[in-house]
Amino acid sequence: MDVASAKLIGAGLACVALVGAGIGIGNVFSALINSVARNPAAQGQVQPFAFLGFALAEATGLFGLAIAFLILFVF
Amino acid sequence: MAIELHPLEQFTIARIVPIHIGGLDLSYTNAALVMTIAVVLVTVLTVVATRSAALVPGRWQSVAEMLYEFVADMVDTNIGHGERRFFPFVFTLFTFILFANLLGMIPYSYTTTSQIIVTFALAAVVFILVTTVGIVRHGFHFLSLFVPHGVPKLLLLLLVPIELLSYLIRPFTLSIRLFANMLAGHTMLAIFAGFAASLGILALFPTAINAMLIALEFLVAVLQAYVFAILTCLYLGEAIQLH
Repeated sequence: MDVASAKLIGAGLACVALVGAGIGIGNVFSALINSVARNPAAQGQVQPFAFLGFALAEATGLFGLAIAFLILFVF
Repeated sequence: MAIELHPLEQFTIARIVPIHIGGLDLSYTNAALVMTIAVVLVTVLTVVATRSAALVPGRWQSVAEMLYEFVADMVDTNIGHGERRFFPFVFTLFTFILFANLLGMIPYSYTTTSQIIVTFALAAVVFILVTTVGIVRHGFHFLSLFVPHGVPKLLLLLLVPIELLSYLIRPFTLSIRLFANMLAGHTMLAIFAGFAASLGILALFPTAINAMLIALEFLVAVLQAYVFAILTCLYLGEAIQLH
Protein backbone atom coordinates (compact mmCIF):
# COMPACT_ATOMS: atom_id res chain seq x y z
CA MET A 1 0.00 0.00 0.00
CA ASP A 2 1.52 3.35 -0.94
CA VAL A 3 1.75 6.29 1.42
CA ALA A 4 -0.97 8.35 -0.26
CA SER A 5 -3.63 5.63 0.17
CA ALA A 6 -2.51 4.96 3.72
CA LYS A 7 -2.87 8.67 4.48
CA LEU A 8 -6.43 8.72 3.20
CA ILE A 9 -7.36 5.62 5.20
CA GLY A 10 -5.69 7.06 8.30
CA ALA A 11 -7.54 10.36 7.95
CA GLY A 12 -10.84 8.54 7.58
CA LEU A 13 -10.18 6.40 10.63
CA ALA A 14 -9.22 9.44 12.71
CA CYS A 15 -12.67 10.90 12.10
CA VAL A 16 -14.23 8.03 14.10
CA ALA A 17 -13.39 10.22 17.13
CA LEU A 18 -16.38 12.36 16.25
CA VAL A 19 -18.66 9.53 17.48
CA GLY A 20 -17.50 10.33 21.01
CA ALA A 21 -18.15 14.01 20.41
CA GLY A 22 -21.71 13.30 19.32
CA ILE A 23 -22.46 11.13 22.34
CA GLY A 24 -20.85 13.64 24.70
CA ILE A 25 -22.77 16.62 23.35
CA GLY A 26 -26.00 14.60 23.52
CA ASN A 27 -25.25 13.80 27.16
CA VAL A 28 -24.58 17.42 28.05
CA PHE A 29 -27.76 18.79 26.59
CA SER A 30 -29.82 15.88 27.88
CA ALA A 31 -28.62 16.77 31.38
CA LEU A 32 -29.47 20.43 30.75
CA ILE A 33 -32.98 19.63 29.58
CA ASN A 34 -33.53 17.27 32.50
CA SER A 35 -32.36 19.75 35.09
CA VAL A 36 -34.35 22.65 33.63
CA ALA A 37 -37.44 20.42 33.45
CA ARG A 38 -37.09 19.55 37.13
CA ASN A 39 -36.27 23.05 38.29
CA PRO A 40 -36.97 25.81 35.74
CA ALA A 41 -35.71 28.48 38.10
CA ALA A 42 -32.18 27.06 37.85
CA GLN A 43 -31.91 27.69 34.13
CA GLY A 44 -29.81 30.84 34.48
CA GLN A 45 -27.26 29.06 36.64
CA VAL A 46 -27.07 25.83 34.70
CA GLN A 47 -26.96 27.18 31.15
CA PRO A 48 -23.37 28.59 31.23
CA PHE A 49 -22.15 25.18 32.37
CA ALA A 50 -24.09 23.56 29.54
CA PHE A 51 -22.39 25.75 26.95
CA LEU A 52 -18.99 25.19 28.51
CA GLY A 53 -19.59 21.44 28.55
CA PHE A 54 -20.73 21.49 24.94
CA ALA A 55 -17.61 23.34 23.83
CA LEU A 56 -15.29 21.01 25.71
CA ALA A 57 -17.01 17.87 24.38
CA GLU A 58 -16.92 19.27 20.84
CA ALA A 59 -13.25 20.12 21.28
CA THR A 60 -12.37 16.52 22.09
CA GLY A 61 -13.95 15.37 18.85
CA LEU A 62 -12.15 18.09 16.96
CA PHE A 63 -8.82 16.88 18.36
CA GLY A 64 -9.51 13.76 16.29
CA LEU A 65 -10.20 15.96 13.28
CA ALA A 66 -6.92 17.82 13.91
CA ILE A 67 -5.11 14.45 13.86
CA ALA A 68 -6.82 13.67 10.55
CA PHE A 69 -5.54 16.93 9.07
CA LEU A 70 -2.11 16.23 10.56
CA ILE A 71 -1.99 12.86 8.83
CA LEU A 72 -3.18 14.25 5.53
CA PHE A 73 -1.05 17.34 5.23
CA VAL A 74 2.01 17.03 7.43
CA PHE A 75 3.18 13.45 6.87
CA MET B 1 -19.50 20.93 -15.17
CA ALA B 2 -16.59 19.90 -13.02
CA ILE B 3 -15.82 22.68 -10.59
CA GLU B 4 -12.64 21.93 -8.69
CA LEU B 5 -13.11 22.00 -4.96
CA HIS B 6 -10.30 23.57 -2.93
CA PRO B 7 -11.83 23.99 0.50
CA LEU B 8 -8.48 24.57 2.20
CA GLU B 9 -7.43 27.32 -0.16
CA GLN B 10 -9.15 29.91 2.03
CA PHE B 11 -6.47 29.46 4.68
CA THR B 12 -3.46 30.40 2.54
CA ILE B 13 -1.46 33.29 3.92
CA ALA B 14 -0.89 36.17 1.54
CA ARG B 15 1.84 38.73 2.07
CA ILE B 16 0.42 42.23 1.84
CA VAL B 17 3.60 44.16 2.70
CA PRO B 18 6.74 42.04 2.18
CA ILE B 19 9.28 42.76 4.94
CA HIS B 20 12.49 40.74 5.05
CA ILE B 21 14.93 41.56 7.85
CA GLY B 22 18.16 39.59 8.04
CA GLY B 23 16.82 36.40 6.51
CA LEU B 24 13.61 36.44 8.58
CA ASP B 25 10.30 36.78 6.80
CA LEU B 26 8.44 39.37 8.86
CA SER B 27 5.93 40.32 6.17
CA TYR B 28 2.65 41.95 7.04
CA THR B 29 0.19 39.24 6.03
CA ASN B 30 -3.58 39.04 5.70
CA ALA B 31 -3.66 37.29 9.08
CA ALA B 32 -1.84 40.25 10.64
CA LEU B 33 -4.25 42.64 8.89
CA VAL B 34 -7.29 40.93 10.42
CA MET B 35 -5.64 40.97 13.85
CA THR B 36 -4.97 44.71 13.47
CA ILE B 37 -8.57 45.34 12.44
CA ALA B 38 -9.83 43.33 15.43
CA VAL B 39 -7.71 45.36 17.85
CA VAL B 40 -8.77 48.65 16.24
CA LEU B 41 -12.45 47.70 16.40
CA VAL B 42 -12.29 46.67 20.04
CA THR B 43 -10.45 49.89 20.95
CA VAL B 44 -12.95 52.01 19.02
CA LEU B 45 -15.89 50.24 20.65
CA THR B 46 -14.65 50.57 24.21
CA VAL B 47 -13.13 54.07 23.95
CA VAL B 48 -15.56 55.90 21.70
CA ALA B 49 -18.72 54.26 23.01
CA THR B 50 -18.00 55.17 26.63
CA ARG B 51 -16.73 58.68 25.89
CA SER B 52 -20.01 60.36 26.80
CA ALA B 53 -20.24 58.27 29.98
CA ALA B 54 -23.96 58.93 30.35
CA LEU B 55 -25.68 57.61 33.46
CA VAL B 56 -28.42 56.14 31.27
CA PRO B 57 -26.37 54.51 28.52
CA GLY B 58 -27.08 54.82 24.83
CA ARG B 59 -26.85 51.82 22.52
CA TRP B 60 -23.10 51.59 21.96
CA GLN B 61 -22.33 52.37 25.57
CA SER B 62 -24.69 49.57 26.58
CA VAL B 63 -22.84 47.13 24.38
CA ALA B 64 -19.47 48.13 25.83
CA GLU B 65 -20.87 47.96 29.38
CA MET B 66 -22.41 44.53 28.75
CA LEU B 67 -19.09 43.21 27.48
CA TYR B 68 -17.33 44.65 30.53
CA GLU B 69 -19.86 43.26 32.99
CA PHE B 70 -19.86 39.85 31.37
CA VAL B 71 -16.10 39.46 31.67
CA ALA B 72 -15.98 41.09 35.11
CA ASP B 73 -18.59 38.64 36.37
CA MET B 74 -16.61 35.73 34.88
CA VAL B 75 -13.40 36.92 36.55
CA ASP B 76 -15.07 37.49 39.93
CA THR B 77 -16.79 34.10 39.97
CA ASN B 78 -13.92 31.97 38.81
CA ILE B 79 -10.75 33.66 40.04
CA GLY B 80 -12.10 35.09 43.25
CA HIS B 81 -13.43 38.41 44.44
CA GLY B 82 -10.14 40.07 45.25
CA GLU B 83 -8.41 39.31 41.97
CA ARG B 84 -9.54 42.15 39.75
CA ARG B 85 -5.95 42.61 38.60
CA PHE B 86 -6.45 39.86 36.01
CA PHE B 87 -9.49 41.52 34.50
CA PRO B 88 -7.64 43.57 31.80
CA PHE B 89 -5.86 40.46 30.57
CA VAL B 90 -9.00 38.31 30.40
CA PHE B 91 -11.01 41.14 28.83
CA THR B 92 -8.38 41.69 26.14
CA LEU B 93 -8.17 37.96 25.45
CA PHE B 94 -11.94 37.54 25.25
CA THR B 95 -12.65 40.54 23.03
CA PHE B 96 -9.67 39.88 20.75
CA ILE B 97 -10.67 36.26 20.11
CA LEU B 98 -14.35 37.23 19.79
CA PHE B 99 -13.67 39.94 17.19
CA ALA B 100 -11.08 37.84 15.34
CA ASN B 101 -13.56 34.95 15.08
CA LEU B 102 -16.42 37.20 13.99
CA LEU B 103 -14.27 39.02 11.42
CA GLY B 104 -13.54 35.63 9.87
CA MET B 105 -17.26 35.17 9.23
CA ILE B 106 -17.30 38.08 6.76
CA PRO B 107 -17.28 36.66 3.20
CA TYR B 108 -13.89 36.81 1.48
CA SER B 109 -12.22 37.78 4.76
CA TYR B 110 -9.56 35.78 6.58
CA THR B 111 -9.92 33.83 9.83
CA THR B 112 -6.78 34.51 11.89
CA THR B 113 -7.71 32.12 14.65
CA SER B 114 -7.69 29.24 12.16
CA GLN B 115 -3.89 29.43 12.21
CA ILE B 116 -2.40 27.19 14.88
CA ILE B 117 0.46 29.60 15.49
CA VAL B 118 -1.93 32.42 16.43
CA THR B 119 -3.95 30.33 18.86
CA PHE B 120 -0.81 28.70 20.22
CA ALA B 121 0.72 32.10 20.93
CA LEU B 122 -2.39 33.06 22.94
CA ALA B 123 -2.50 29.71 24.77
CA ALA B 124 1.24 29.85 25.54
CA VAL B 125 0.83 33.30 27.10
CA VAL B 126 -2.03 32.00 29.26
CA PHE B 127 -0.06 28.91 30.34
CA ILE B 128 3.06 30.88 31.21
CA LEU B 129 0.98 33.45 33.10
CA VAL B 130 -0.87 30.79 35.12
CA THR B 131 2.31 28.89 36.02
CA THR B 132 4.18 32.07 36.91
CA VAL B 133 1.33 33.37 39.07
CA GLY B 134 1.12 30.02 40.86
CA ILE B 135 4.84 29.79 41.51
CA VAL B 136 5.22 33.41 42.58
CA ARG B 137 2.28 33.20 44.96
CA HIS B 138 2.87 29.77 46.47
CA GLY B 139 6.51 28.92 45.78
CA PHE B 140 7.31 25.25 46.10
CA HIS B 141 3.85 24.58 47.51
CA PHE B 142 2.54 25.10 43.97
CA LEU B 143 3.37 21.44 43.28
CA SER B 144 0.60 20.40 45.67
CA LEU B 145 -1.69 21.17 42.73
CA PHE B 146 -0.72 17.80 41.27
CA VAL B 147 -1.34 15.85 44.47
CA PRO B 148 -5.10 15.52 44.96
CA HIS B 149 -6.41 15.52 48.50
CA GLY B 150 -7.45 12.32 50.30
CA VAL B 151 -5.95 9.83 47.87
CA PRO B 152 -4.28 6.59 49.18
CA LYS B 153 -0.49 6.75 48.85
CA LEU B 154 -0.21 3.85 46.39
CA LEU B 155 -2.62 5.48 43.95
CA LEU B 156 -0.57 8.68 44.03
CA LEU B 157 2.17 6.90 42.09
CA LEU B 158 -0.22 6.61 39.17
CA LEU B 159 -2.18 9.80 39.72
CA VAL B 160 0.59 12.39 39.99
CA PRO B 161 2.06 11.72 36.50
CA ILE B 162 -1.46 11.82 35.05
CA GLU B 163 -2.18 15.13 36.78
CA LEU B 164 1.16 16.51 35.65
CA LEU B 165 0.56 15.42 32.07
CA SER B 166 -2.93 16.91 31.99
CA TYR B 167 -1.48 20.19 33.30
CA LEU B 168 1.33 20.31 30.75
CA ILE B 169 -1.07 19.54 27.92
CA ARG B 170 -3.15 22.67 28.65
CA PRO B 171 -1.54 25.09 26.17
CA PHE B 172 -2.02 22.49 23.46
CA THR B 173 -5.66 21.73 24.24
CA LEU B 174 -6.48 25.44 24.56
CA SER B 175 -4.92 26.26 21.22
CA ILE B 176 -6.09 23.19 19.30
CA ARG B 177 -9.66 23.59 20.58
CA LEU B 178 -9.94 27.09 19.08
CA PHE B 179 -7.92 26.30 15.95
CA ALA B 180 -9.74 23.05 15.10
CA ASN B 181 -13.17 24.62 15.66
CA MET B 182 -12.41 27.50 13.31
CA LEU B 183 -10.66 25.31 10.73
CA ALA B 184 -13.37 22.64 10.68
CA GLY B 185 -16.18 25.19 10.59
CA HIS B 186 -14.84 27.20 7.69
CA THR B 187 -13.76 24.10 5.76
CA MET B 188 -17.27 22.71 6.08
CA LEU B 189 -18.76 25.97 4.82
CA ALA B 190 -16.41 25.93 1.82
CA ILE B 191 -17.23 22.30 1.02
CA PHE B 192 -20.98 22.84 1.06
CA ALA B 193 -20.58 25.99 -0.99
CA GLY B 194 -18.60 23.91 -3.48
CA PHE B 195 -21.47 21.42 -3.70
CA ALA B 196 -23.90 24.26 -4.29
CA ALA B 197 -21.67 25.72 -7.01
CA SER B 198 -21.43 22.46 -8.93
CA LEU B 199 -25.16 21.64 -9.00
CA GLY B 200 -27.89 23.32 -11.04
CA ILE B 201 -31.38 23.67 -9.63
CA LEU B 202 -30.55 21.18 -6.87
CA ALA B 203 -28.14 23.73 -5.40
CA LEU B 204 -31.04 24.72 -3.13
CA PHE B 205 -30.29 21.91 -0.68
CA PRO B 206 -26.59 22.51 -0.03
CA THR B 207 -27.32 26.23 0.16
CA ALA B 208 -30.01 25.72 2.80
CA ILE B 209 -27.65 23.52 4.81
CA ASN B 210 -24.94 26.13 4.37
CA ALA B 211 -27.23 28.84 5.72
CA MET B 212 -27.84 26.77 8.86
CA LEU B 213 -24.12 26.02 9.14
CA ILE B 214 -23.32 29.74 8.95
CA ALA B 215 -25.71 30.35 11.85
CA LEU B 216 -23.96 27.56 13.77
CA GLU B 217 -20.58 29.08 12.91
CA PHE B 218 -21.61 32.41 14.41
CA LEU B 219 -22.58 30.58 17.59
CA VAL B 220 -19.29 28.67 17.60
CA ALA B 221 -17.32 31.89 17.05
CA VAL B 222 -18.83 33.51 20.15
CA LEU B 223 -18.80 30.29 22.17
CA GLN B 224 -15.13 29.50 21.51
CA ALA B 225 -14.13 32.99 22.64
CA TYR B 226 -16.18 32.46 25.81
CA VAL B 227 -14.67 29.00 26.42
CA PHE B 228 -11.10 30.28 25.97
CA ALA B 229 -11.72 33.12 28.42
CA ILE B 230 -13.49 31.02 31.03
CA LEU B 231 -10.85 28.29 30.91
CA THR B 232 -8.22 30.98 31.43
CA CYS B 233 -10.17 32.18 34.48
CA LEU B 234 -10.55 28.62 35.79
CA TYR B 235 -6.84 27.87 35.39
CA LEU B 236 -5.91 31.14 37.09
CA GLY B 237 -8.35 30.48 39.94
CA GLU B 238 -6.93 26.99 40.37
CA ALA B 239 -3.36 28.28 40.46
CA ILE B 240 -4.23 30.94 43.04
CA GLN B 241 -6.38 28.82 45.32
CA LEU B 242 -4.62 25.49 44.69
CA HIS B 243 -7.65 23.25 44.54
